[in-house]
Amino acid sequence: MLGQIAYALPFLAQGFALTLWVSLLVVVLSLIAGVILGVGLVYGPAPLRWAVRIFSDTIRGIPILVLIFFVYYGLPAVGVHLQSFWAAVLALTLFKTAQVVEYLRGAVASIPKGQSEAAMAIGLTFRQRLAYVIFPQAFRRFLPPWINGVTDAVKGSALVSLLGITDLMQAINQVIGRTYEAMPLYILGALLYFAVNYALSLASRRLEQRFAFIRE
Amino acid sequence: MATSSNNSPALLDIAEVSKSFGSVEVLRSVSLQVAKGEVVTVIGPSGSGKTTLLRCVNFLESYDSGSIRIDGKEVGFRDGGARQRRSERDLAAMRAETGMVFQGFNLFPHLTAAGNIMLGLTKVRGKSNAEARSIAEHWLGRVGLVHKADSLPAELSGGQQQRVGIARAVAMEPKILLLDEITSALDPELVGEVLAVVKSLAEDGMTMVMVTHEMAFARDASSRIVFMADGGVSAVGPPKAVLAAETTNERLRTFLARFRASQF
Repeated sequence: MLGQIAYALPFLAQGFALTLWVSLLVVVLSLIAGVILGVGLVYGPAPLRWAVRIFSDTIRGIPILVLIFFVYYGLPAVGVHLQSFWAAVLALTLFKTAQVVEYLRGAVASIPKGQSEAAMAIGLTFRQRLAYVIFPQAFRRFLPPWINGVTDAVKGSALVSLLGITDLMQAINQVIGRTYEAMPLYILGALLYFAVNYALSLASRRLEQRFAFIRE
Repeated sequence: MATSSNNSPALLDIAEVSKSFGSVEVLRSVSLQVAKGEVVTVIGPSGSGKTTLLRCVNFLESYDSGSIRIDGKEVGFRDGGARQRRSERDLAAMRAETGMVFQGFNLFPHLTAAGNIMLGLTKVRGKSNAEARSIAEHWLGRVGLVHKADSLPAELSGGQQQRVGIARAVAMEPKILLLDEITSALDPELVGEVLAVVKSLAEDGMTMVMVTHEMAFARDASSRIVFMADGGVSAVGPPKAVLAAETTNERLRTFLARFRASQF
């Protein structure tokens, strides 16, 4: 039994690498898009605010699985053909972006009005106020929910296996299909997902301490 | 100490400023001139428009009509007839000419005491870090907190935070310092240390407009006292005249009587 699994290890490692790659892409792309749209939602002109609000509410109201199938099977109907890998990345990124938008909006909204006013009073321009006063504080409130969202993204990436992409989940299922060793393989998979997410939450705690308003 | 604006042109010229929040008129044609070096204290019951007036001076609030000029320059609107709001960049530059100290301190919690003071010096005044740091230390020394330069606001008492707030405002070398009920959020035993700083700035000739409920301090430190009621200036003059018990101004007498009663 162990021999069979050992034989499959390189294959599993490839799946694991793909899981990490998908997660990384989704996390980075959604962070960039989410912060841009989030700033638009908080400070943009009314039409932009409405557009972002509709985007965010719509995406968050759809199960992620539906979103993945919609992008992969639905978009070709309007002439957009994506490889399964990129369809999955796009769907997960859309989903995550909507969350990042909300984290950012909440974080910025939680900064008291007096902070902007104090920044105005010393003569900082709008951009300077954002860069030196609002964002550094909002960042601290954005971090915990966002890291939480990153671990969700890692776990949620298992859904890409449904498009036949050989990520960790798919690799495990295929090896089980050959070896019928379900229990040890699922435990191995769970441990790998856990290891990634545990490392992330440790990093998160370090970051939160690093940026605390009161030093330990 | 300058006592009146009659012979010298006013540094701050508030002319017939009116403002409404919806249907509530918070400022009714308020006019007030403040000369260089004057300390003008604004008193009055809650809701009389004191704080709103102060916030109009650095355009944290806009106003509906009238004009506010500092050194002859309109604060929030472009010079010339049309009431056109200044650009963001111009407004920032105008605001840098006034300093403001807030009731709730509003220190930047992610920056140290020195960092709070240095932010405007480096980003607005364009000073180098080293120069800004030495200015910050100078002002922290003036408010007795040079040893707290590297403390975060959360590590300071309320009185200390407010003294940093004052240092942050004056380090920018503003033409006018606006003080908005700066001791109202403090424990009584911390009020004195903050007022002592204000007093020493007044002695240095800093032009100040101050909203306060500290009557004894207003009496001792002000060149003039303005009594506001219902959004208008109801009385103005030297402290002794305004705070006289035998005033004929009905509103003022009621206000002062209530105030004396609460001072047991």
